Amino acid sequence: MNPIAVTSHVLDLDSLIRLVSTGGGHGAVATFIGVVRDNNLNRRVTHLEYEAYEPMAVKTLEQICREADREWPGIRAAVHHRIGRLAIGEASIVIAAASAHRADAFAACRYVIERVKQIVPIWKHEFFEGGEVWIEGATAKPDDEAARREAVRRACA
Amino acid sequence: MRVTVRLFARLRDIARSGDLSREVPTGATVSDVWRGLVAEFPEMARYESSVSSAVNADYARMTAMVADGDEVAFLPPVSGG
Repeated sequence: MNPIAVTSHVLDLDSLIRLVSTGGGHGAVATFIGVVRDNNLNRRVTHLEYEAYEPMAVKTLEQICREADREWPGIRAAVHHRIGRLAIGEASIVIAAASAHRADAFAACRYVIERVKQIVPIWKHEFFEGGEVWIEGATAKPDDEAARREAVRRACA
Repeated sequence: MRVTVRLFARLRDIARSGDLSREVPTGATVSDVWRGLVAEFPEMARYESSVSSAVNADYARMTAMVADGDEVAFLPPVSGG
C-alpha cells in the first residue's frame, strides 16, 4: 500500500497505522480522521462531493509528508484522501503519523491536516437542504513560508 | 500554440467544462491564459485575487511562461480535509 493516496474507495485507517508502524522503532502512532458532518453554517448538510486535481493532489501530499519529516526527523506519515460522493459520517481523510515518542507523532499528524487545508488541490462541494455550494477555504500558496510556520505552530500548540 | 486548460470546482461550473483547449501566442504566460478565460467567462473575474495556478500539475506563478502542449490549471481556494 502507498502511504499517499487520493481515492474514491472507502478509507481504511488500520492499514495506514500498520504501514507507518512497521519496523519496531516507533513508540507512538497518532491518527486523524476527518468525517462528513451533517451541518455547516446553520445548513442541514445531506452529503458532500469531493473533487481533486488528482496528480497534483498526490504530489502535494507527498510534499507535505516531506515537510513533516524535515520538521520532526524520523517520523513516518501516511495520508489518504477520499474523493467523490460521501455520506454523512463517512471519512474524507485519514492520517497516521508514527514517531519514537508521542509529542512528534501528535505534532506531525496535526501538521499534515493543517497543510492539507492550506495547499492540496481538493475541493468540497456541499449539498444541503435547499441548495449546494462549493466550499472555498485557503488560497493555495505552496511557497508561503508564513502559512507553513503557522501550520507548525498549530501542530505544536 | 495550444495549451490544455484544467478548471476545478466553481471555475469548472462557470465554464461548464473542466477541460478546455485554447490557442495562445508564443511567449504567453499563465496570466495571459487566465485573462483569456476571464474575457470568455466574465464571472471568473472575482477569482482574480484568490486563484492559484499550476503548469503540468506543479504550482506555477502567474508570470510563468507556458509552452505548446502544456496543461495549465486554475485552482480556486482549496477546501480539502
